[in-house]
Amino acid sequence: MTDHILEVRNLRKSFGALLASNNLSFSVRRGDVHALIGPNGAGKTTLVNQISGFIRPDSGSILFEKTDIVAMPAHRRAAMGLGRSFQITSIFDHLTVAENLTLAILAHSGHTFRFWRHCLRIPLVQQTLPSTLERVDLDHRANLPARHLSHGEKKQLEVGMALAGNPKLLILDEPMAGMGPGGTVEMSKLIRKLKTTMTILLVEHDMAAVFALADRITVLVYGTAIANGTPDEIRTDPEVRSAYLGEEG
Amino acid sequence: MLLVIEQVLNGLQLGITLFLMSAGLTLVFGIMRVINLAHGSFYMIGAYVGATVTSASGSFLLGILAALGAAGLAGILVECIVLRHLYDREHLTQVLATFGLILFFNELTRMIWGRQPLFMDVPPWLAGSIEILPGLTYPSYRIAVIAVGMLVALLLWFLLARTRLGMRIRAGASNREMIAALGVNIKILYTLVFGLGTLLAGLAGVMAGPILAVESGMGESILILTFVVIVIGGIGSIRGAVIGALLVGMVDTLGRAFLPALFRLFLPGAHADGAAASLAAISIYMLMAAILLWRPRGLFPA
Amino acid sequence: MASIARKTAVLLPIFVFLAALPLLAAYLDNPYLLSLFSRILIFAIAAVSLDLLLGYGGLVSLGHAAFVGVGAYTVGILFHHTTIGEPLLGIFAGSENALITLPLAVLAAAGFALVIGAMCLRTSGMHFIMITLAFAQMLYYTAIGLEQYGGDDGLPLYARNTFPGLDTNNDLSFYYLCLVSLLLILFLAHRMVHSRFGLIIRGASHNPDRIQTLGVNPYTHRLVCFVIAGAGAGLAGALLANQSTYISPGLFHWTLSGELMVMVLLGGLGTLFGPVLGAAAFLLLEEVLAMYTEHWMFYLGPVLVVVVIFARKGLYGLLIGSGKNHD
Repeated sequence: MTDHILEVRNLRKSFGALLASNNLSFSVRRGDVHALIGPNGAGKTTLVNQISGFIRPDSGSILFEKTDIVAMPAHRRAAMGLGRSFQITSIFDHLTVAENLTLAILAHSGHTFRFWRHCLRIPLVQQTLPSTLERVDLDHRANLPARHLSHGEKKQLEVGMALAGNPKLLILDEPMAGMGPGGTVEMSKLIRKLKTTMTILLVEHDMAAVFALADRITVLVYGTAIANGTPDEIRTDPEVRSAYLGEEG
Repeated sequence: MLLVIEQVLNGLQLGITLFLMSAGLTLVFGIMRVINLAHGSFYMIGAYVGATVTSASGSFLLGILAALGAAGLAGILVECIVLRHLYDREHLTQVLATFGLILFFNELTRMIWGRQPLFMDVPPWLAGSIEILPGLTYPSYRIAVIAVGMLVALLLWFLLARTRLGMRIRAGASNREMIAALGVNIKILYTLVFGLGTLLAGLAGVMAGPILAVESGMGESILILTFVVIVIGGIGSIRGAVIGALLVGMVDTLGRAFLPALFRLFLPGAHADGAAASLAAISIYMLMAAILLWRPRGLFPA
Repeated sequence: MASIARKTAVLLPIFVFLAALPLLAAYLDNPYLLSLFSRILIFAIAAVSLDLLLGYGGLVSLGHAAFVGVGAYTVGILFHHTTIGEPLLGIFAGSENALITLPLAVLAAAGFALVIGAMCLRTSGMHFIMITLAFAQMLYYTAIGLEQYGGDDGLPLYARNTFPGLDTNNDLSFYYLCLVSLLLILFLAHRMVHSRFGLIIRGASHNPDRIQTLGVNPYTHRLVCFVIAGAGAGLAGALLANQSTYISPGLFHWTLSGELMVMVLLGGLGTLFGPVLGAAAFLLLEEVLAMYTEHWMFYLGPVLVVVVIFARKGLYGLLIGSGKNHD
């Protein structure tokens, strides 16, 4: 039997008349880069928000590590090892790169009313910060206020913040959005590097990157998964070609 | 009983003054998202100019017209020179810049009119009292203030509810991105709204002239009451301003009038008066705190 | 980022100057300098505490004078009861020992900040500004109503609090007491700002929602920050009551809150040492302008408008160079 880290079963969510998730089911295997693609309005972001706990589904279940997490608040899911980056960059602009990562590292480690010790000298931070900086290739930028980073670097920082909690499953919501070709290459390199230590659920528009990176792909149309499979299977699936790839060219 | 009615009328009169102040300010807050501390300065300008023109010309009506013109014009100038630079800035910048304006205007009035307060006489044709109920006479001037205030409130309602300009102002108060997208000239709309607000503040100032002393810094005590009204009513809501102003006017006036008598039932005289005076002075803030605990965004959040 | 060397080059001479100021005052035979600079140091304490809210927490409080007033009135009331020989609330004889009155003043200010902050922090933005202002005014009117402590006129204290081993009525010793207090506050604030707590406060200032997704409740952190800032202002108030041997409702007044804000912004928002420079600049400017014209506010007002609209970094930023970092 395959080891699934995440199983989404019969998920339903409607906003008034709009069905954002329509009896949606799919599973993510441990260790995979699993890509989620679909035309605009297919319900990708709603799905990600349901998995990470920002939107409550109307019905259905989400199993993470065999536990149903549907009723769990977002910060408990994060504590279980479900990390995510955000589509719109939501880093702390006026804090330095190191401070941003420190906030994320400390977020789930006990109480936060520590007034005395310099935050960068807390043992946990000293242990984790250098490797986190290195993993997202920002070690040379550690003391720069985040607002001075390039767009691509901000995205890297955001991934770094999601990594800081040592997630088992990392959800990356359009990490390549708004990047030039150089940034896309950098981000692909980063994802390949991360793949060795965790499972990644990748939501992305850049088809070249998706087909190059993903082990498996789920295609979402109108809130339903119309296809699941390896990149090769997806490429040749007639339903996908007509519903989705055809439109994108 | 007659005393109660008299105090209720006093409360109504204070409430109406507060409404004139807060109607303009709540629109400025709601539409421009600017926290303007200097609104009280236009109240003061109205009072000073009104008092000066009235005593020079002998005509109170001329005084009112001059006060309206001066406050409105000063408002438009301030909007064009200073406020315009504050629209997309942080609240802290807005607070400090308008604090600077207060220092400027307070000192300006001291330079022009000196440090002594001016006293403004009630015009002779409003100097008497009217017997509104058997045994209850009430000063005609205060009745006139109440009447004018109500008339202005009606006009304002008509302007906002029935005219195209009013529709735009209301649209701006609830969604200012929308109003820009609709192609309305935001710059002129902002200037007009600001000028309208300061004009109303000037009216409140000149009408308060014969009741209070006209002095430098008079704008700030009313400004803080106005803030309480807006917080209670909800930022950007005219309806909230009406309800909030009446509530604050009533609670403040009735508290000052009746708390001492109430306290004297339980405490010895001197202590009772002191305690009652303190409690009366802070009663509106306690009202505000209570309403906030219940509704953090005010009674009528826009 | 400003280099350590640059900071030292700017700050060291200033501290040396402050430490040596009594020598200068003696040399110029100008004792007024000592009392002026004592006031500057005290206002600097209040401004630094306010900057924790304004600059680091992104909380625009327009009622900070309330806690200065509470601190001052605590000292004044305790002192008053020792002089009239009538115990406070019938139990506490009062005190004129600074080792008792100063901590009590700080505690009282913190207590008021806890209650007021708990209510104000339920709101944000413009509401927060207006509500902090309103609560400060409420305390102002309460102070006016305190007839037994002088009401509207305030209360003169005939001597400063005593401090073991120190003659506080000597302006020189008192000056150093203020200087040490300021250094202590700066050190504590420095630790706090760079601690984990400070990091959360700074993070929440621009992005409270994101802080929440990290599993942190911004409300409680902000409330604790509000209480700490209030306590700092309480200390300033207690020292101010001692410095001027006088308390009055004016200490609660919102113009003082406004002036403290001006000091913070003038000196450098979100910097620790900036508010000290701002307090010095503001009080010295007031002193100098008042020599030339009684209408100095007429000139200060427009200057203030221009400064806040166009000059963003403050004096500290000008001196240190790039004021980009929060340190």
